[in-house]
Amino acid sequence: MKKRLVDLAHARSGDKGDTANIGLIALKPKDYPLLVKQVTAARVARHFKGMIKGPVERFELPNLYALNFLLHGALDGGGTISLKTDAQGKVFSTALLRMEIEVKQ
Amino acid sequence: MTGRPTTVRVAGGQGFWGDWLEAPYRQVTGGPVDYLMMDYLAEVTMSILQKQKSRDPARGYATDFVTQMERILPAVVERGIKVTANAGGVNPRACAMAVAAAAEKLRLNGTLKIGVVTGDDLLGRLDGLLARGHDLKNLDTGRPLKDVRDQVLSANAYLGAGPVVEALQRGAQVVITGRVTDTGLTLGPLMHAFGWTSDAWDQIAAGTVAGHIIECGAQCSGGNCLYDWKRIPDMANIGYPIVEARADGSFDIVKHPGTGGRIDIASVTEQLVYEMGDPRAYITPDGVADFTTIQLSQVSKDRVRVSGVRGKAATDKLKVSVAYFYGYKAVGTLVYSWPDALEKAKAADRILRERLDALGLKFEAIHTEFVGADATHGPLALKDVDVAAIPEVQLRVGVRARDEAPVDRFTREIAPLILNGPPSVTGFAGGRPKPEEIVAYWPALIDKKMVQPAVELIEA
Repeated sequence: MKKRLVDLAHARSGDKGDTANIGLIALKPKDYPLLVKQVTAARVARHFKGMIKGPVERFELPNLYALNFLLHGALDGGGTISLKTDAQGKVFSTALLRMEIEVKQ
Repeated sequence: MTGRPTTVRVAGGQGFWGDWLEAPYRQVTGGPVDYLMMDYLAEVTMSILQKQKSRDPARGYATDFVTQMERILPAVVERGIKVTANAGGVNPRACAMAVAAAAEKLRLNGTLKIGVVTGDDLLGRLDGLLARGHDLKNLDTGRPLKDVRDQVLSANAYLGAGPVVEALQRGAQVVITGRVTDTGLTLGPLMHAFGWTSDAWDQIAAGTVAGHIIECGAQCSGGNCLYDWKRIPDMANIGYPIVEARADGSFDIVKHPGTGGRIDIASVTEQLVYEMGDPRAYITPDGVADFTTIQLSQVSKDRVRVSGVRGKAATDKLKVSVAYFYGYKAVGTLVYSWPDALEKAKAADRILRERLDALGLKFEAIHTEFVGADATHGPLALKDVDVAAIPEVQLRVGVRARDEAPVDRFTREIAPLILNGPPSVTGFAGGRPKPEEIVAYWPALIDKKMVQPAVELIEA
């Protein structure tokens, strides 16, 4: 069955220039492998299609049961240049939590 | 042997210029602390301060810090707490003089030593550096700085903990810096107190992680914490974080008893991943921390232990933050109500764009958001929403251009829509938006040997 990431993980995001980062953290350590397997860089890039201009990078932090994503070209130039409400990518994290992944019953 | 402490407590008092004014006082009076660190400098702040200094050579620092020091100095002096803050902006000496003047009221008779850290400001040296082949290429775009040299407003190297340690060693009780890294303001006290050498890479990394956790104030102690946010207790009375460190580099994150908020693995982890790049290489002037080595454990209520942090040698570069004039922008908003709130807002956007186009205005970007529908989650949100039921939508249109004229003309095209566009429109009481100057940020690297930090002491 499908489950939304909001029920499996929490997250925080921030910015570096025109790049938004999203730290995705498993609510329960046992679900971390599921995130590693399904929330790939390619999957995240598809999720944000049309919202970001550059590639997505992913880093693993098994010690924190967390994944870190870098979304390049996500902030309309970023910082002071950006015209976006979320110019610093503060709530990009919650947009990722809308993603659905497949979990065993 | 000098008597080294077994534990050192560094309290985070301000996460940015504009943070809670009550926090520093609560940190110095709410229980035992050895150091209070306060972060005041965001990237854009330096250019604002440089502009103030160009108008008045006595300005260019975070004035709120001086007001804050007036309030907390009696407690700080009485308890022997040391303060580190990068409130000096582009004029640390003037900031220190202002604090010294505030201290005079306390009649300390020269017993308060204020350390002033400078050497980060490269604005006056910029042409010399460029002439000598330091082209300060933009880390994101690769362009050399000479392309925007005429528009540069400020240029500062990020200094590390080194000069903070020197100031403390020379007896400073208050250390006021310019562009010192946020983490250096916490690492410096720990290096000084424990006698960590500048090549003790694991300890340097641990102190850097400690600094990263508390540099955003309450953002690690329950503030802006998504995990279980509804049950985080007494946020009105939120406790700011304290690093309780040991000489081996392990440390606990705690807060004063009786305060609100929550320190648990979830709240600390959220702060650890905040603004993270490659977790294996968190680079500061002091060293390179590997965030994949961090081990967290909940020792007791509101006490999280951080251990196992590994680090690597520092690089031979310093990051430089250059601010330069970029152009102009303006944002106009109108609110449309049910029925068809989103459709009305979309129609207004189409009409506005047609008019801007007919006027022949040239923009680098026009950006439309429908706040209440898609501003933060874009098209992802609308899939899950009953669009017809949305009670109201704020149309928010922003434009950006290198020249002011098209931006100024845009600001006059919003209000007419109230009477000559789609119906059920309100929310324009704020009047016509104003064109705003854009100061953009240019990240670069410079050879460490080109930057010499300096420390001086002022007695108050």
